[in-house]
Amino acid sequence: MSATTWLRDPNPRSRLQARAGQAWLGWLRFARNPLAMTGLVIVLALLFAAAAAPLIATHDPVAQELAGRLQPPGSGGYLLGSDEFGRDIWSRLVFGARITLYIVALVTVTAPVFGLIIGTVSGYFGGWVDTVLMRVTDIFLAFPRLILALAFVAALGPGIENAVLAIALTAWPPYARVARAETLTVRNSDYIAAVRLQGAGPGRIILGHVMPMCLPSVIIRVTLDMAGIILTAAGLGFLGLGAQPPLPEWGLMISSGRKFLFDQWWVATMPGLAIFIVSLGFNLLGDGLRDVLDPRSASR
Amino acid sequence: MSFIEIDDLEVTFRAKGRLVHAVRGVSLSVERHESFGLVGESGSGKSTILRAICGMAPVTAGSIRIAGERVRHGRAFTRRVQMVFQDPFASLHPRHTIDRTLSEPLAIHGIGDRDAKVNQALEDVGLGRGFRFRFPHQLSGGQRQRVAIARALMLEPEILLLDEPTSALDASVQAEALNLLSRLREERGLTFLMVSHDLAVVDHMCDRLLVMKEGRAVEQLDRAALAGGTMQAEYTRELFAASADRLTG
Repeated sequence: MSATTWLRDPNPRSRLQARAGQAWLGWLRFARNPLAMTGLVIVLALLFAAAAAPLIATHDPVAQELAGRLQPPGSGGYLLGSDEFGRDIWSRLVFGARITLYIVALVTVTAPVFGLIIGTVSGYFGGWVDTVLMRVTDIFLAFPRLILALAFVAALGPGIENAVLAIALTAWPPYARVARAETLTVRNSDYIAAVRLQGAGPGRIILGHVMPMCLPSVIIRVTLDMAGIILTAAGLGFLGLGAQPPLPEWGLMISSGRKFLFDQWWVATMPGLAIFIVSLGFNLLGDGLRDVLDPRSASR
Repeated sequence: MSFIEIDDLEVTFRAKGRLVHAVRGVSLSVERHESFGLVGESGSGKSTILRAICGMAPVTAGSIRIAGERVRHGRAFTRRVQMVFQDPFASLHPRHTIDRTLSEPLAIHGIGDRDAKVNQALEDVGLGRGFRFRFPHQLSGGQRQRVAIARALMLEPEILLLDEPTSALDASVQAEALNLLSRLREERGLTFLMVSHDLAVVDHMCDRLLVMKEGRAVEQLDRAALAGGTMQAEYTRELFAASADRLTG
């Protein structure tokens, strides 16, 4: 029996096979969409660059070489040129992928999880729980992200972690809103009534029965927001509130290239392109995932 | 003393400041191992009575007793009373496999030996083990309703509440599902309280029935009275005439 017939078996013989079969069908749906595949390739390339940074990079990302400063792309062994300290921009971009991924990973393991919990609890219980949680959400929605980041930097000092904290604190309310809306449509359905009638408590119902229904819309929202998160992190770096020199953070690189924008365009343009491509990749991936994960389209 | 006793039950919903009396003083009693039908058009409050028994509707007056005790909605209750819902497309979790759906009640109550029990339950409702790891969207309506029946029986309840269990199914599948329910009732000595708008279904399934209209009880009949056409109330006669051609007698 080949792997595909095993995956496509309409009568799976184990939990693992059932899950693998569903994943396979989802993958086939995803793979039909060329734009989504482009997004996936970009994101995979980012992952690869981050993982294999020391192998791909041609130079040390922080080593200064003042004799070879501000070299144009392609000259003097600098693939994408060099910056004002003679550091290789290509190598800095490759190592910067790690920082970008680090920020993205930290935000995605905090904000959506927190938002999902708040949203499902609020939607499931309703009443005063809902009122209190949603007003808190409103308050956090009203915080301007950069100003909050400024406050954090003032209180805790600049750094990636504080930037991530500021982003995560202002990023969770939309997820709570999405999860709550989804929960409201689910909580009165017969299958929730059935499991309640079997004696399940609120914890089990929310975790095992409500959250799986909210998860797809939240995941889609996360991938679509990923671009925004990267841009905000870059913006914070640009303002000097996020990563600090000499870290090869992309926003920081643009900020330092600003001074040479007219004569040495590549210093600011290359990291800008990197941010643009990666953001685009996450957006395309999110659009593709929406087609696969949306419960309304996946029900058939 | 009857097994299920409902006295002067009143259910009142509060909707946007208005009070809606869904059930107004209905009394009924069901014997152990009996199959009792609730008949009426939509909005007559028959499903609300089932929901009130399960604690899913606000009871404002009257009492519900099972085996002489006032109903308390806790874990013990869920092992005694289970319900089969009307729409099998809405009553199964779309993202859980049949296996998960059927083993969930066992997990909630900490009952072991789940693999064997799930397989047995699937066999009992006439689905093979091959269905175990499918998702609901891979099943037909009739197959889904069989899964819903199997789920209701996982905790081995004594009472099964059936809320129009076949009205969402095709005519041929309907008969299969009804026969399955009758067989299971005989095998396990279940007590049925069944809601339907279809006299033919109730005639096929139930020993006695109560006709309801606008939240009130109109008339209580047994099967002989239904077959003989000896009903008292005008409304019952109308209902009877509407489905007379499909009654087997």
